[in-house]
Amino acid sequence: MFESLSDKLDAALKKVTGQARINEVNIGNAMRDIKRALLDADVNYNVVKNFVEQVRKKSLGEEVIKSVSPSQMIVKIVYDELAALMGGTQQDLNLKTSRVPAVIMVAGLQGSGKTTFSAKLALQLKKKGRNPVLVAADVYRPAAVEQLKTLGAQIDVPVFSIEEKDAIKAAKDGVEYARKNARDIAIIDTAGRLQIDEDMMAEAEQLKKLLAPEEILFVVDSMIGQEAVNTAKAFNDRLDFDGVVLTKMDGDTRGGAALSIKTVVQKPIKFISQGEKVDDLDIFYPDRMAQRILGMGDIVSFVEKAQEKLDLKKTEELQKRLLENEFNLDDFYQQIQEIRKMGSLQNVVSMIPGMSKLVPQDKIDERDLKKVEAMICSMTREEKQKPDIINGSRRLRIAKGSGTTVQDVNGLIKQFGEMKKMMKSINKMAKSGRPLTAENLPFGRLMQR
Amino acid sequence: MGFFDALKFSRLKEGLQKTRESLFGKISRLVKGRTKIDDEFLEELEQILIAADVGVPTTLKIVESISARAKRERYMNEAELDAMLRDEIQKMMQDARKTLVVDFTAPLPKTPYVIMIVGVNGVGKTTSIGKMAYNYKNAGKSVLIAAADTFRAAATEQLEIWAERAGVAIVSHGQGKDPGAVVYDSVSSAVAKNTDVVLIDTAGRLHNKTHLMEELSKIKRVIQKKLPDAPHEVLLVLDGSTGQNAISQAKEFTKAVDVTGLILTKLDGTAKGGVVIAISNELNIPVKYIGVGEQIDDLQLFDREKFVEALFE
Ligand SMILES: Nc1nc2c(ncn2[C@@H]2O[C@H](COP(=O)(O)OP(=O)(O)O)[C@@H](O)[C@H]2O)c(=O)[nH]1
Ligand SMILES: [Mg+2]
Repeated sequence: MFESLSDKLDAALKKVTGQARINEVNIGNAMRDIKRALLDADVNYNVVKNFVEQVRKKSLGEEVIKSVSPSQMIVKIVYDELAALMGGTQQDLNLKTSRVPAVIMVAGLQGSGKTTFSAKLALQLKKKGRNPVLVAADVYRPAAVEQLKTLGAQIDVPVFSIEEKDAIKAAKDGVEYARKNARDIAIIDTAGRLQIDEDMMAEAEQLKKLLAPEEILFVVDSMIGQEAVNTAKAFNDRLDFDGVVLTKMDGDTRGGAALSIKTVVQKPIKFISQGEKVDDLDIFYPDRMAQRILGMGDIVSFVEKAQEKLDLKKTEELQKRLLENEFNLDDFYQQIQEIRKMGSLQNVVSMIPGMSKLVPQDKIDERDLKKVEAMICSMTREEKQKPDIINGSRRLRIAKGSGTTVQDVNGLIKQFGEMKKMMKSINKMAKSGRPLTAENLPFGRLMQR
Repeated sequence: MGFFDALKFSRLKEGLQKTRESLFGKISRLVKGRTKIDDEFLEELEQILIAADVGVPTTLKIVESISARAKRERYMNEAELDAMLRDEIQKMMQDARKTLVVDFTAPLPKTPYVIMIVGVNGVGKTTSIGKMAYNYKNAGKSVLIAAADTFRAAATEQLEIWAERAGVAIVSHGQGKDPGAVVYDSVSSAVAKNTDVVLIDTAGRLHNKTHLMEELSKIKRVIQKKLPDAPHEVLLVLDGSTGQNAISQAKEFTKAVDVTGLILTKLDGTAKGGVVIAISNELNIPVKYIGVGEQIDDLQLFDREKFVEALFE
């Protein structure tokens, strides 16, 4: 969903990178573009203002100028600030209670996706071995109860409803039903309401008071505009909810609301809903999402960024050696060090568009990289430069020295051989004028196991 | 005063109270005591428009045209400034009356007059259809609703309730059935029975899902099999609280089914209606109705001038 936002940011950042120095003038230009990109993405006006101000301040600060290159720093600061806006780490539901049932209350505007989400959540909890019941507390919208019943039947979760148009009673009886029928979680699907509808907001408050839910989730359509902040704020003022659910993330919205809501109400986004089917529910990873914001640009802009981040001279040298196919394990080690400067491994991988396809996020393990480093460190100079000489006894020594196994060393040497083969084709590519992209760096290949 | 009645002027004002207070109330406040346009004024205006979801391009357009005019028309008093602002914002919007029959009581150019309702999920298509059916019925026209949202759970049940409330006929095959068949049956039945208006509900779909958009084009072709010049209108329903993504929605739906007008919903709650200006301006699609509540009579005709006038009163 952040594709277009990240494209814009990339375009904005391009103006910064490639300039020798950052000064008040060019930082101003970059900030204006970043501001525009964020506004186009529906990030709240005030959030954008604060964001841009923060970035500007940090960029003009002393520690920026001391470091390697100012443009590197801006990139880093924009990313850091965005990540900070998105929030810290993933937070689970507060369901560690001995109360039966634990109560989850689902609230939000009309059409935001509450009912669909309730069913999705029920299915997910059920898969985890819980025994949820869905409680139909939207007694107003025509056929809302039928909708929940249909969904409940699809996922084989019971739906509790009453005939009377009384949301409070429906919820109360629903919880009672759960208790009597050994259902350990009651998910209360409430009616959509506008934050300015006083009667309905009072009803929501009353529901909260009555149910004392373990978890209140605020469901919001990810396509929402500037109003996201006011709405989230009003619901939070009345309900002090525990988490946010962003729906319809399967659309192409730039999703600025995710940034604004998090900033303004300081509540974690716990789920994202991305589809109409009941199993289209995902946990929200703020860090991943923030990475995605900056990370989905085209390869060209990444290379620009990467080259900024890497020591240019060293990179050029490596590149030359690569092209001449003289690349050895020593070079490889250095390259790892350069890449390391760019941040955590996951971070780096998510920043490189092609790379995330090459190396699935969940397959990345920092430990693999550490192993590789350790193994190379245990090699002699000669071995690093001529990996061909590494025979059985040398392998055993390297494994012992690096706290790994001979299989690990075998794997490394095998992969390095493959890498060199691959490099021959890269070589051709490079000679044909194609830039040396991160995708072509041997590193990604090595991590692909 | 027929038009005024149809507009339910006071209710419109009531429904737009929020919008007026925040967006245009601010403009009035902005204008108060000012006789010249300076940077501070323009920046404040820009901020207000952006915060109302007008979007950056349209906001810049408005701001530019205003500063250009200010240069031409040197001296300005408060009233002139106010009028100029209104004028410039109004100019950004299409007039639905120029291309569509907006009044429910007006004679229809063709019968059966087929209106297809489209939009992304959760914007209020079904509710809007219920309200339109009610209005056409009240205007003495016979109405048939086609329940072609066969996808969403209980969508047909929801529409059946609205049809009953409005007292109009409905063709419904139930969930999971082929929407094309529903539409074909509906149009055939309307032709046979000389029904005045056919309102076609469709399943909500995100505009970036090509197969679903293709399905929509197919539904349209099914209508045309029976009535080559139908649908006479394709109305895209937009949630008033949607941000800039609404523009992308309008673009994609237009590509698939040639949207002729917009229904902007949930304007009773959200303070901002600025997205109307952006869409109307950028895509030349007029806003036809606005939804200002969940009741059956909470649908208003959208009129550019009256809209802005009501906002500025
Ligand atoms: N594409 C998509 N549609 C969704 C998603 N969540 C809900 N919907 C649809 O949005 C519409 C409104 O959802 P519903 O759950 O009834 O909203 P409620 O009024 O808040 O209960 C329905 O058409 C749903 O199928 C989602 O994540 N993606
Ligand atoms: Mg619902």
